[in-house]
Amino acid sequence: MTMTTLTHTDTGWRLFLRTIVARAYPRIIGQQREKSWIFFETFLPFIATCGYVFVYRAMNAPEDYIGFVIVGGAMTAFWMNVMWSMSAQMYWEKENGNLALYIMAPNNMMAILLGMAIGGMFATTLRAIVIIVLGSWFFQVHFAIASFVQLFAVFMLTLTALYGLGMVFASLFLLFGRDAWQVVSLFQEPVYFLSGFYFPVKSFGFAVALIASVLPLTLGMDAMRQLSFASGPTLGFISVEIEIVGLMILSVMFIALAKYALSVIERKAIEEGTLTDRRR
Amino acid sequence: MLKTFRNTFFPAAWLGWQIESNWTDPFLFIIFSILKPIASVMILVFMYNAVSRNAADSPIYSYIYLGNAFYIYVGAVMAGGSYSILDDRERYRSLKYIYIAPINIPIYLLGRAVARFITGTIAVFITLSAGVLFFKVPLNILNINWLMLISAMILGVACLTFMGIVLGMWTLTLRTEPWFIGEAVAAALYLFSGAIFPITILPTILQPIGFIMPMTYWLELIRRSLLGSGAAAFPTLAGFSDIQLFGILGIITLAFGLIASFAYRFFDKVARDNGMIDAQSNF
Repeated sequence: MTMTTLTHTDTGWRLFLRTIVARAYPRIIGQQREKSWIFFETFLPFIATCGYVFVYRAMNAPEDYIGFVIVGGAMTAFWMNVMWSMSAQMYWEKENGNLALYIMAPNNMMAILLGMAIGGMFATTLRAIVIIVLGSWFFQVHFAIASFVQLFAVFMLTLTALYGLGMVFASLFLLFGRDAWQVVSLFQEPVYFLSGFYFPVKSFGFAVALIASVLPLTLGMDAMRQLSFASGPTLGFISVEIEIVGLMILSVMFIALAKYALSVIERKAIEEGTLTDRRR
Repeated sequence: MLKTFRNTFFPAAWLGWQIESNWTDPFLFIIFSILKPIASVMILVFMYNAVSRNAADSPIYSYIYLGNAFYIYVGAVMAGGSYSILDDRERYRSLKYIYIAPINIPIYLLGRAVARFITGTIAVFITLSAGVLFFKVPLNILNINWLMLISAMILGVACLTFMGIVLGMWTLTLRTEPWFIGEAVAAALYLFSGAIFPITILPTILQPIGFIMPMTYWLELIRRSLLGSGAAAFPTLAGFSDIQLFGILGIITLAFGLIASFAYRFFDKVARDNGMIDAQSNF
């Protein structure tokens, strides 16, 4: 009897790409199979979005503000995905005992993070589209798209920068113990506030809005609102062109930072041998 | 009874407080306790400032601010019941030991709720203080109807605790995505209970849901006790006297007490039969 050994000899970029595909696969396919995830990850942001829409209705706000909330509500799906399924993912893997396997495997950790990001982006985009469609239908939102090309560019750059930030957090969260849970929780309302999920960041004034722009969603949502609604440009923080440049800088910065953070964490893991210790 | 409290309630309350607070040093814990509720309410303050030409003394402003502040208790006490069970079962994997210990499980859950009530109270206090100091919420400590406030708080928190026990015990029987349950129920109540907008703003078909929620009456009583006549600017519950609101809230609380008692026995049996006491949902 002959024994067949299943091995592959991919190295370098081929192994890197295979790892990305392998890690993205469960995010795209697995999440669609988990019906309750689809329901809750769409339902919860949508419920919160409806709440804020009704607040604006109670204040007799202009109709475009309803649209602002719908866009913000759709983007919360991405932030939740980045925080719970990207940043805290390595922490979960440590809790479940999988992290040691990731580290022992011959693939690159950066490729694993990229795979998680690409898979998460795709799966969450489907949920965000559902929120936009349902919200627009329920609340009769009128879009006035100024430029589809710019809107697409802003959306893609926002996601690139956002998931780059998620990759940085994923590395940093490996250092956390029981506090990881609280840190994720801490990054919800304050980020919703600072990024202007439900109101234009112009309300902050220039200096505060500029500081808040270190979060990719601040610039991304401001640009998307400017490009999607008639009153958007008058309520925008800075011009869309500058925001696109800002998002490009954030994208490069966060991905480079993620690579650096990961190398530091891996070195620490080798030196201290405590990285996969879930008792901390 | 006293022995049960000594052996179950107080250790559970102390354990809950340790879980809630000792994950970091006291300084970071205070920062955490301040940032979350303040950020949450600042979203609404900035939404209001972005669109409203009215000043902060407009009734809708206080309505939104106070509703959002006191809704913190719903997340802390009610949804907390679900998180307590999941924390013990899945994160610390200690629920199986708690179950075989000679303690009273419902009293243990009540004890855990106390810790969440304390952290919730800290958050509510910070939010209200910030409202008075920085956001022009028209609260005057001399004009508060303390008897009404304390009575409403006792009834409301009791109701939330009973709801938390129902939710917690239901969570115990779930294997798929149990983490979402507390959040989903809290989110639904946020929408339908008129926490941040009068329920008359809801589509007509959805308004009856708001009228069967205990939080609707509880938050109205809280607003009336804090604002006095200023709370009567919205017609939703204007037709109800304070006594009627207390009566409705009391009946709903009693009903949830009975439901909690039944739910505890039912879900406890289901969980034991299905081997869910030490289950892992592979979060």
